[in-house]
Amino acid sequence: MKLLYFSWLREKIGIAEEDALPPESVTTVAEVLGWLKSRGSGYETALADLSLVRVAVNQSYAKLDDPVGPEDEVALFPPVTGG
Amino acid sequence: MIRVQENDFDIGAELESLVKQNHKVGGFCSFVGLVRDMADNESIGAMTLEHYPAMTEKALAKIDDEANTRWPLEASLIIHRFGRLEPGDRIVLVATAAAHRQDAFEACQFLIDWLKTQAPFWKLEETKEGSHWVAARDSDDQAAQRWDK
Repeated sequence: MKLLYFSWLREKIGIAEEDALPPESVTTVAEVLGWLKSRGSGYETALADLSLVRVAVNQSYAKLDDPVGPEDEVALFPPVTGG
Repeated sequence: MIRVQENDFDIGAELESLVKQNHKVGGFCSFVGLVRDMADNESIGAMTLEHYPAMTEKALAKIDDEANTRWPLEASLIIHRFGRLEPGDRIVLVATAAAHRQDAFEACQFLIDWLKTQAPFWKLEETKEGSHWVAARDSDDQAAQRWDK
C-alpha cells in the first residue's frame, strides 16, 4: 500500500510517503487508520483527532467504511485550505 | 479547462482566450484570489501552498465538470498556483462564460466555493512568530453546502 501524508500530518508523522503492507485483517479506511495509529508515536499524535483527518483512496475522497486493498494509494491530510 | 502551476498567470490574456471566437458567449464572470498580508490579526510575510499533485487535477476536473453539468456554460477555467507566494500575489483564477449573466455568476461562485472545500491544497503561513498551517473555516463549509442539491 502506498501511503501519502500532507501538511501537518506529514510533519507529525515525519515522512511524506511510504510503502507499507498492512495486516490482512485491514480492509477498510477505518482499519487503515487504526493500524497506522499503532505504528508509533508520530502516527498516534497525527491521528489523535480523526475529525481533522481526511482520506483519499486512489486520489478520490473516501469514507471510513470504504474498502482498501494492498495495491491502493491512500493519502491522509487535514481539511483543505486552498483558493 | 484546468491548470495547476507554480508560475503567475495573466488575467487579461486568460479571460480573452476563454471567450475568444465564441459569439454565443453573452458575458463572463471571474474570481481572482490573492494573498493577504493579515490573517486573524497576524501579519503574514509569505505563504506556501502545498498540494497533492496526482489528486489536484482530478479534483479540479470533477468540480469543473459539475459546474458544466449544473449550468449551461460556454466555457470555464480554473487556474490554481502552488509554491511560495507573497502578499498581493495571485493564488487562483476561476472564470465562467455563458449566454446569460445569471448562469455565469452562479457557476463562478459555485466553482470557488467547491474548490475551497474539495481541492487538495494546504496553506502554510509565515509570520514573525513562525510558520503555521491555516485551519479550515466553517464559513467555507457553509458556503459550499449552499450548493448541495
